[in-house]
Amino acid sequence: MSNQKGRFGIHGGQYIPETLMNAVLELEEAYNRYKEDPEFNRELTELLNNYAGRPSLLYYAEKMTKDLGGAKIYLKREDLNHTGSHKINNVLGQALLAKKMGKTRLIAETGAGQHGVATATAAALLGMECVVFMGEEDTKRQALNVYRMKLLGASVIPVKTGTATLKDAVSEAMREWTSRIDDTHYCLGSVMGPHPFPTIVRDFQAVISKEIKEQILKLEGKLPDAVLACCGGGSNAIGSFYNFINDPSVKLIGCEAAGRGIDTFETAATINTGKLGIFHGMKSYFCQNEYGQIAPVYSISAGLDYPGIGPEHAMLHDIGRAEYVAVTDDEAVNAFEYLSRTEGIIPAIESAHAVAYAMKLAPTMSKDQIMVITISGRGDKDCAAIARYRGEEIYE
Amino acid sequence: MSRIKSAFENGKAFIPFITCGDPDAETTEAVIREMERNGADLIEIGIPFSDPTAEGPVIQEANIRALAAGITTDGVFDVVRKLRSGADAVKVPFVFMTYANVVFSYGAERFFERCKEVGVDGVILPDVPYEEKEEFAVPARKSGIDFISLIAPTSQDRIGTIAADAEGFVYIVSSLGVTGVRDSITTDIGALAGSIKANTTIPCAVGFGISTPEQAAAAAKHADGAIVGSAIMRLIAANGRKSAPVVGAYVKSMKDALRN
Repeated sequence: MSNQKGRFGIHGGQYIPETLMNAVLELEEAYNRYKEDPEFNRELTELLNNYAGRPSLLYYAEKMTKDLGGAKIYLKREDLNHTGSHKINNVLGQALLAKKMGKTRLIAETGAGQHGVATATAAALLGMECVVFMGEEDTKRQALNVYRMKLLGASVIPVKTGTATLKDAVSEAMREWTSRIDDTHYCLGSVMGPHPFPTIVRDFQAVISKEIKEQILKLEGKLPDAVLACCGGGSNAIGSFYNFINDPSVKLIGCEAAGRGIDTFETAATINTGKLGIFHGMKSYFCQNEYGQIAPVYSISAGLDYPGIGPEHAMLHDIGRAEYVAVTDDEAVNAFEYLSRTEGIIPAIESAHAVAYAMKLAPTMSKDQIMVITISGRGDKDCAAIARYRGEEIYE
Repeated sequence: MSRIKSAFENGKAFIPFITCGDPDAETTEAVIREMERNGADLIEIGIPFSDPTAEGPVIQEANIRALAAGITTDGVFDVVRKLRSGADAVKVPFVFMTYANVVFSYGAERFFERCKEVGVDGVILPDVPYEEKEEFAVPARKSGIDFISLIAPTSQDRIGTIAADAEGFVYIVSSLGVTGVRDSITTDIGALAGSIKANTTIPCAVGFGISTPEQAAAAAKHADGAIVGSAIMRLIAANGRKSAPVVGAYVKSMKDALRN
């Protein structure tokens, strides 16, 4: 009965104001044209390889493997990308597309600031104007990234409405887009929002699983048994899963932010605590009350602190192809410290959610099994906040 | 044929909007009665939503205040039921304005049945465009509720399709961006209304950015009515529980401007 375009099972769609409809239709048309265009793909590959530093390493975490005593653990090092996270993969694609469409201005939402920094970077490189919307609460907990964006020439607008976090930044970026469409592309940072964004962002992030597959086949001669990634909106998770969806032997595990626990109101674990709804342009699962009011979610991780999840994840959950587990603040902080000490790798607190679940899962797997954890970003930005969490005041 | 048509039979229609439950349900009820007494032809009642992405700051804040004061979807239905009953029942058509998730979460069929029971005539969902409307418009039609379509300055080649399928009235979005008071409206309303009227016989009304009697008269010159929201919610934010007479006087000044 409902529009079938841009659907993942029953999820997805285009629930947006009429004012934006021609803009998303135009974007869809441009994307369909350029995704097959050899010149566009050559330029994008050039940027990914020689600017962002792809392919990223697939690193054998030998000490962690031995310490946990189960599956052989590999880390997909998206933290080594230029700007420090997987966000650059999508941003370079979208910014290049926007430029081909004749847009001169990029707007973006950001939670942890990683997508904002990536967008500001691409805008600087391609000579475009950039405005980033960030919840006021997040501008405080991720002050370093605010400075980075400004240094890169972007304007950062603190969003004071609602919970002053990621969902409010998305709402405000959408409002801004309805007021200025002609020269502006909304560079959405996750696999969410109205069609065609969930598809575009997934395609640009799918490079993660494409590389994992090539690298692991070369290193081990077989596919991994499990792929783990943290999951808020779900862009690094879908990027890590996508090329394994048709390989049923590969378990796909998304790690959601449980905050203080899924039995509390201070959580952001959408699949574990949410229900079906319509928000931010899409049908999917959302944390909400009985009247459909969106819940004020919470996680220590500004990047996972979002009340929804991308529609393709909602579908993968429905059909049982992927599993979504909840990881608390405490577990994530422990994992943040564990990976730092064990492997000398400081992961983003978002990525630490995947590491935390891996620490539980790996010992239950046998030594001939292989697990890949995507380290979606690096943790420098989180050091001050984690120090505060541990009761230590440090100055950035 | 719905009751909405009757709203456009007293010259150019004046359509005030109110966020239900700000500052409380009793005030909303009193203000709506005062709106009718002062010449409102149709009243748009907002069911608050936590994250109203099509609204500017004034109505966003009204939504947050109303939810904080405890209003729920069932509470809004109660307000309407009270307004529609008794000797002093309000007679003008009511249209709900809310967001997809409020209706979806209530259950679309159940929601529109409740609309019919309490006496609501139409529903506006700004985050449901033409492509997604079936999911809501089909159960609405089953309950005899008009699903109101919006047309924006960016609609261009979509206008014909949307207008031909429209029910109740066509809501013309006067400007880009979100709701809120504007100094001037630069869109060519005449051209928009012309394309709409080439495709439908139902009336059209202009909203977004209108606050003064002059703006209302200018906007309605090419359309059948003017819709005002943020200017009213600003009065309610300033006057709280004493808003009814203030809003009443404002509605009168706006309807008078449309009569001339």
